[in-house]
Amino acid sequence: MDITDLTLIELRDALRAGATSSFVATQAMIDRIVTYDNALCSYLNLTDQDALQQASDADSRLADGEELPLLGVPIAVKDIICTSGVETTAGSKILEGFIPPYDAFVVEKLKEAGAVILGKTNTDEFAMGSSTENSAYVTTHNPWDVSRVPGGSSGGSAAAVAARLAYGALGTDTGGSVRQPASFCGVVGLRPTYGRVSRWGVIAFASSLDQVGTFGRNVADCTALFQVITGHDRRDSTSLDVPYENFEAVLTGDVAGLRVGIPQEYFIAGIEPEVEAAVRTAIDKLAELGAEIVEISLPHTEYALPVYYLIAPAEASANLARYDGVRYGPRLKADDMIATVKKTRSLFGAEPKRRIMLGTYALSAGYYDAYYGRALKARTLIKNDFKRAFEQVDVIATPTSPTTAFKIGAKVDDPLSMYLSDIFTLSLNLSASCGLSLPCGFDSNGLPIGLQLIGDTLQEATILNAAYAYEQATDWHERAPVLPESSSEQ
Amino acid sequence: MTEYEGVIGLEVHAELLTESKMFCGCRVVDSVEEDPNRAVCPVCLGMPGMLPVLNRRAVEYAMRVALALNCTIHPHNIFARKNYFYPDLPKAYQISQYELPLATGGWLEIEPELGVVRRIGVRRVHMEEDTGKLTHTENGGSLVDYNRSGVPLLEIVSEPDLHSAEEAYVYATKLRQILRYLDVNSGDLEKGVLRVEPNISIRPKGTDQLNTRTEVKNLNSFRILFLATEYELERQANVLDNGGEIVQETRGWNEADKRTFSQRIKEDAHDYRYFPEPDLPPLHIDDAWIERVRAELPELPDAKIARYRNDWGLSRYDAELLADEKVTAEWFEAAVAAGGEPKAIANLLLNNLFKLMNESGQSLDEIDVSPEGLVALTELVEQQTINNNIAKSVLVEMFETGDSAETIVRAKGLAQVSDSDAILAAVQAAIDQNPAQVQQYLDGKDKLMGFFVGQVMRAMKGKANPGVVNQLVEQELDALK
Ligand SMILES: [Zn+2]
Repeated sequence: MDITDLTLIELRDALRAGATSSFVATQAMIDRIVTYDNALCSYLNLTDQDALQQASDADSRLADGEELPLLGVPIAVKDIICTSGVETTAGSKILEGFIPPYDAFVVEKLKEAGAVILGKTNTDEFAMGSSTENSAYVTTHNPWDVSRVPGGSSGGSAAAVAARLAYGALGTDTGGSVRQPASFCGVVGLRPTYGRVSRWGVIAFASSLDQVGTFGRNVADCTALFQVITGHDRRDSTSLDVPYENFEAVLTGDVAGLRVGIPQEYFIAGIEPEVEAAVRTAIDKLAELGAEIVEISLPHTEYALPVYYLIAPAEASANLARYDGVRYGPRLKADDMIATVKKTRSLFGAEPKRRIMLGTYALSAGYYDAYYGRALKARTLIKNDFKRAFEQVDVIATPTSPTTAFKIGAKVDDPLSMYLSDIFTLSLNLSASCGLSLPCGFDSNGLPIGLQLIGDTLQEATILNAAYAYEQATDWHERAPVLPESSSEQ
Repeated sequence: MTEYEGVIGLEVHAELLTESKMFCGCRVVDSVEEDPNRAVCPVCLGMPGMLPVLNRRAVEYAMRVALALNCTIHPHNIFARKNYFYPDLPKAYQISQYELPLATGGWLEIEPELGVVRRIGVRRVHMEEDTGKLTHTENGGSLVDYNRSGVPLLEIVSEPDLHSAEEAYVYATKLRQILRYLDVNSGDLEKGVLRVEPNISIRPKGTDQLNTRTEVKNLNSFRILFLATEYELERQANVLDNGGEIVQETRGWNEADKRTFSQRIKEDAHDYRYFPEPDLPPLHIDDAWIERVRAELPELPDAKIARYRNDWGLSRYDAELLADEKVTAEWFEAAVAAGGEPKAIANLLLNNLFKLMNESGQSLDEIDVSPEGLVALTELVEQQTINNNIAKSVLVEMFETGDSAETIVRAKGLAQVSDSDAILAAVQAAIDQNPAQVQQYLDGKDKLMGFFVGQVMRAMKGKANPGVVNQLVEQELDALK
């Protein structure tokens, strides 16, 4: 069989058993990327030579009997995550050619675990978007239908995993940027609790909302990758110092007695009927498996979108102000210092500019109380919604996105309708919860539908196991997209 | 003409001289001595993905200052981003405090005139980070040095309780003295380690209205603080007397003309768009922590002055000089602890040792004379081995060679002669050699007594015990009557 068809766990076992080598697996992935990624554009930067070197190193360590969690397993990393010595652009022209002298914490962890890093995947510029169409470089195509978006902002990572162009991938999730593309691409995407994974070396979009998440073709793969990137990091003051948990060990598939909450506010007008039907069927499946279904309410859900679009741009307006060409990144020279800075900043794309302006406005004197100040208060209400809900239930189940993947270009001129694509995911970022998306069906166009499972603070084990139970009882995750061969003569 | 009084508040920025910076592990270096950009890292350069980690030592330094200024330290501290663009600010925001600062509601007592004690309110003390430094070159380029970027900085804001340039000067210098006592700041205005910015308005004396104020920035000495404040008070009085209006603005100081000048009017003021810093969780300061820091506080100058005067009987003038610098006070107290008599030590230290140090340009921690060494010298005087004049020259020798007083006295044979026979012989010689003066003395010119004492001391190369000389001169002259 094709080695690129193996799941992460299957490859790991095969490597440990000596049934194959990391070099072979890595080379096979690179060949496949070369063959198919011209059409998909999931990678911005394929670091094939480094990857093959890392694979050879892994092979000698495997031969020595070393047992690291991901030894020799090829993984992709979203290009908003810093990689030492490898260009990291955050999908922006303003960081074109920027080579960080440091690895992000999560990359350090991947390397410690022995992973092979295949390359950097496409992202909406500074993770601002839901389709990768805001990438300054390229739009990634959905492997299930290349005329459609893969979701975003971690669309490159989601598409790569779905298309078997990586055994797993890292993304970041500020408002749904892991879960929504996971849903659109038919893979599993986990957004851990804020503080569970260090943000050190992750280029900031909205600091109080950003969190690194993992993609896998199934729950176990996603979990194995998540396991590796957890852990306290004293370089990130918001990193939580919590006891070690073995997440792979909790995947028992037993959900008897698990209380699953269904929030009425998430089944609203605007949701595609096929999406709603698939999600309701999935909930029935959980009930069949022994879960107890509870109707719940998250009454402040309607405020999540406006609150998010005040807080995230406000933080972004501060985080992005440093890109001036003085210390790193390209510099567009002009007559004097201030003119040079202004000209350099023209390298920002339309969406970052829009959000910088939104955020600057929301923080301005005279407007702060009405906008940012009120948003902080409403954020507390949303947090409390979840706190109360988790007194009644263990898991909350919702659709991940109101729709399946939309056509490339369909929403680019309508930012508001683009923002609505994240309406079911961003509440979680405003709270202290964790969440994941996993495949729960396909629509009549053959596009994947995602089920979102939300857990209480640091309860990743609970949602991963619920997802695992569902996955064991269904076979959605076994379907693979048929990729168009790209004209490789380009 | 209306008589005005000044309404002056001071905003003081003090770098905290911790080992490492506020939010990263970089060294805090001397911004003048160190080559540019040698104490920097991705964090204090504001590189993508880098995050701040609070230096708890810096918080403790800040707490020291807050406690010394009698402030209330708040248990719940929030850091905020202060957003503004300038190339010396690598993140384009400064991590500072806005709402919920470290401490509020303190005071500092000053005594601008003898016996007039005024309590000046300290509105707030908050923590922040310093910026880098931008230098514009002659060919129109700009160079930036980030050594200073991220150095812990304390902002200390007074109430507008100061009424004159004199009071502003006294408050600022006293605050500097306290910062130095607390070992948190060198007090160096010229290097910008300490920055003092007055905000100044005036009002008719006896009223309590608050009028439009101006701020004066970039004052790099206390003298200039005084001159600029005085100038500004006078300028505002002239404007008002001529029916004009004060414009809210930032002014600079022109040292050549000795005038302030307008730099920036209020309309250009920044909107800093403060918001809570999401990268740093709230800082909780509990009572136990406050008490630990309080227990480490040194005795401050006011308490020392009172103790020197009350317990050791020193004059106010001497006590203030001794307490002026912590290093002096500690040296002095070490000498007293080693058995020195406070007044004798104070005299030699303030009158003699300081003069020698001024001449050689050394400070107390650089010289070879130790507190114990000085005590040994005073003991030789007490035991009448040498007299006070010899002691002064021995001290010079000690200062220059580092030898002990005893070694010098022995080597140079300076021990004074108390032997009556030897002194008596010298007295008789002086009487024999100066018959004219003897006659004048006998005719009633009593003052000549000193002349004979001087003759004897000279003959004995200053080593005679002055008490014995006095007694014998008087005895021998009286015998001639
Ligand atoms: Zn640093």
